This record gives sequence, structure tokens and C-alpha cells, in this order.
Amino acid sequence: MKRPAFGSILLGLIPFAAGCFSVSLWDRIHPIVLGLPFNFFWLISWMILTPICLWGAYRIETRRDLDSKPQQTGTSGMVFDDKSEGGAA
Amino acid sequence: MNPRTVALAIITLIVVAGSLVGLFARRQRQIDLEQWACAGRRFGLVFVWLLMAGEMFTAYTFLGASGWAYSRGAPVLYVIGYWPLGCVIGFFILPLIWEVGRKHRMQTQADFFQVRYGSKALAALVALVGAVCLMPYLQLQLTGLGLIVEEASYGGIHRTPAIVTGFALVAAFVFVSGIRGVAWVSVVKDLLLIGAAVFIGFAVPHIYFGGIGRMFAELARFKPAHLVMPGSTPNLGHAWYFSTVLVSSLGFYMWPHFFAATFTAKNGEILRRNAIVMPLYALALPLMLFVGLAAVLALPGLRDGDLSVLLIVRKTFPAWFLGMVGGAGALTAMVAAAIQLLCAATLYAKNLIRPLFAPSMKEQQVALLSKLIVLALTAAAVLLAIYSSVSLVSLFLVGTNGVAQLFPGVFLGLFSRRATTVGICVGLVTGIAIAAVLTLTNRDPFHGLNAGFLALCFNFAVTVIVSALTRVRFASFDEIPAEVSSVSSAVVPPVTVH
Repeated sequence: MKRPAFGSILLGLIPFAAGCFSVSLWDRIHPIVLGLPFNFFWLISWMILTPICLWGAYRIETRRDLDSKPQQTGTSGMVFDDKSEGGAA
Repeated sequence: MNPRTVALAIITLIVVAGSLVGLFARRQRQIDLEQWACAGRRFGLVFVWLLMAGEMFTAYTFLGASGWAYSRGAPVLYVIGYWPLGCVIGFFILPLIWEVGRKHRMQTQADFFQVRYGSKALAALVALVGAVCLMPYLQLQLTGLGLIVEEASYGGIHRTPAIVTGFALVAAFVFVSGIRGVAWVSVVKDLLLIGAAVFIGFAVPHIYFGGIGRMFAELARFKPAHLVMPGSTPNLGHAWYFSTVLVSSLGFYMWPHFFAATFTAKNGEILRRNAIVMPLYALALPLMLFVGLAAVLALPGLRDGDLSVLLIVRKTFPAWFLGMVGGAGALTAMVAAAIQLLCAATLYAKNLIRPLFAPSMKEQQVALLSKLIVLALTAAAVLLAIYSSVSLVSLFLVGTNGVAQLFPGVFLGLFSRRATTVGICVGLVTGIAIAAVLTLTNRDPFHGLNAGFLALCFNFAVTVIVSALTRVRFASFDEIPAEVSSVSSAVVPPVTVH
């Protein structure tokens, strides 16, 4: 099984450090930011920052996929199909 | 017309319209197990997103989260804490699960274990764990549905008949349409639910306090302890938050229906992109928490926190609006329950009953058996919902603690060459036993830590130790030939990349 790249794992750990392990640092009311208690503000911001971290990880992973593609296409029978975009039903 | 008639008429209209969308989605396709459970593995980004997001917005998010914000306070932050982290885990493991799923034609979570560890007995155990853990989640949807109809009828319709009728409809809907119908109804109910959440999330704090900021200022003045952990509870502090967020995010995609939704995607790339945008979808969640918090000051002294959203909407807005919100909530509970039923029934039929009692069964017969099991499970969940009264979030946590025990088997199955069948099996049994004992004897949280987290730690440790002492069957998926191990006779479409 192909493991994720080290860089993308690091990017994936950032949201865990921010939203989980560091709870006692940010679980407080003050300072109030944008009208929200700090703990609410902090977790809501990470709902937006997490996709940014994952987007970085995505860039790393797709580049890796492209590098290893020549060996893969022969065995797994990939079909490239432009018409399939978004079409599900 | 009196308000009760108006509210109930609108709820009925929304539920019936939503169900019709699901029934028409079936079209003329012939429905075999592969279509019914995996939609033929042809879902693109939009549909995978709708299906997965639709599975996440349930009565738990709609009523339960605001209920906890009302009754417990800050510990409810775990709900918005774990969601993005669950997506992070999904980003890394789902494309890999999809890849092996396609190669070995997996349709269920238990199939994954059967192929990787070469054991039908382990697969049966996994199916049993998954399907049993789905029961409290299913019960949660039923309870939510009952609450909605009861409150929207201003107490006129009792909870029990509401639950029974709602679920007759769900079972009929699952019967006819399968997973594709469910994805279509998700579109309708998500639009309604997010619309309702955004509107009441801003409107309620505005009407009672003049804005969200002012509401928090009032809360910080009169109820400061409610806003930081452990909130209004004696024991849900930082250790609980940390352990619960960790176990919930690891368990996120271990829910059998989330796991199986992976197989509906037409390529692995879709799952990665889906995981990136998924946390944004949850932005409607904090708004539901705000409604619960507004009710703390505006509607104090409720016996059941799960009623806070419905009661504050009923108090603030006209009856037709209560009908809209109730309809959105009812449809949400029904769609979620439909997905859970579909998944649990497929697990029982395919991985438990067929291998143990009727190995010669054909795919068509399994599909039929699944449908019969849908009926049995619905009946069981209806009874549970009528006869027990636990808060919605607590029900969800019981299920999560159980399914999270499947994580070592999936994680080590993907990344470790040393995990053995016996090791995974013994670890799983240990984890489930610890979680069950602590939960059933009311010792969750145990010394401030989430019971599922403790169980998961022991599960991992036992798995590693026993695996070191037993023989490895397959070191990784790469060593398992596809022809020998296929767990279904389904024809898998070619991978399409764009």
C-alpha cells in the first residue's frame, strides 16, 4: 500500500494539534473575537483552516501520483474520460 | 386554520415531496445488490459529497448538538472540534480503501476485513459490531423524528404514533430506491436544513439579544461557567474533550455507512477532494449551537435540552415556519435513518447470515434478505426509541465508541505488514468489551477520559502484542490476488479520471 508523503502527514497533523491536543490553551472566554468567546472563535476558524491544510496535502499527493503514474496505468486499466466530469445520475 | 394544522400540513408536504424525489431517482434501472448498496460505483464528486455530507447532517446535528449546547454548554464544542479532524483522517485513508475496494469488489465494511485478513469469521464479527453500533444512531433519528412531530403538533400527536408512521415511510423508501434515491433526497433535505440553520442561527440571537455578539456578552455576564469546559457538567473537562475528539475523529469513517459510501465513488481522487471541502459544510453547525445557547437565557428550565431548538422556533416564529423547520428536520432524520438501515441490513445479510447459515445464496437473494432485515431493524429501532430516553448526543457517543474500535483493523490493514487476523480479532473483542462494560455500568467518562478512548488504547495495545505472537497471513493488500478473494460477483466499471 502506498503510504502518504511525510509532508502531507505533517500538514494533516496541524489541525489535530490546533483543535484537539491544545485544548487547555484555547478553552477560555477572553479575548472575545468577532463577538465570539475565544474557544468558539478558535474552533470555527479551524473549520476553515483545516481545508487549507488539506489542500496543501492534496497538492503534495497529486504531484506524487503524477510521478508514479507511468507504472500504474498499464496494470490497473485506467480509462481517461473527459465526459465523466460531475455526471453521476 | 389553527397553528397545529398549518405546521403539520407543511411537515407532511415536505416529507412526501422529499420521498417522491427518492422514488423517482430509481428510474428504470435494474436494482441488484451492487446498485442498491454502491450505486454501481459511478458517483462523481457532487454525488459523493451529497451522500457523505447527507449522512453527517442528521437529527444528531440538528437537534442533538443544540440540545447539548443548551443542557451541557461548552463540552458541545467537541462536535465542531472533531468534524474537521475526521475529514483529515478520511483524506488519508479513503482513497486507499476505495482502491482496494474496487480491486476486490467490496460492498461493505466487513468485506474489507474479509479480504485483508482472509477470515469470514472476522468479517462476521465486524459486521455484527458495525450493525449493532448503528442501532443507537438509528434510534437517535427516530427519537428526533418523534420530538419534531410532537412539538410541531403542539403536543397534539403523541411521539409514539409519529415515530411509527415516519418509519413506515422510511422503510418503504429504502425498499424501493436504495442508495441512489437516498443521495437525491439528500439534496432536498440539505438545502432545507442549511437554509433553516442559517436563518434561525442568525435570527434567534438577533431577536432576543440584538445579535450573536450581544448574546455571548450576556452569557459571559450571567452564565460564564456555561461557556468553558466542563460547562454545566461535573466531569466533561479538557481530558474528556481531548479523548472524545480523538476517538470520534478516528471513528468518523468507521461508521459502516460512511465506510461503504467510499465504494460509491467512481475514483479515489473524488474522495480526496471531498475530504477537503467537507469541513466547510459543517459551518452550519456552530449556528445550531448558537440557537441552543440563545435558549439558555431566553427559555430557561427546559426538562429536555433536545427540545430547545423546536421550542424556541415555536415561541418566536409563526406556525408555517415551525412547519418548515420541522419538515427539514423530519426529512433529515428519515434520510439518515434510511442510509443507516440500508447499511446495517446489507451487513447482516451479506456478511453475517449468508456465510454462517446459507453459503449458497445468490446476490439477488441477498438483496431480498437485506430488505427483510430492513423491516426487522426498523421495528427494533422503533421499540428502542419508544422505550428509552437518553439525550441524542449521548446515543451518538455510544455508537461512536463502538465503531471506533474498528479503526486499528482498518489502519493497520492499510499500513502495517505485521497485523495478523488473530491480533485484530482479539484487539477488537477487547476494545468492544471495555467500551461496553464502562458504558453500560455508567462509568463513561472514566476518570475524566472518554470510555471509547480507553477501550481504543487497550485495543491497539492488545492487537500489537497478539500480532507479534501470531503468524501473518497476508502482509498487505498487494499480496492478495483479486481473482481469489473477490467478495462479490459484481461487474466493476473501469476507473474514469478527468
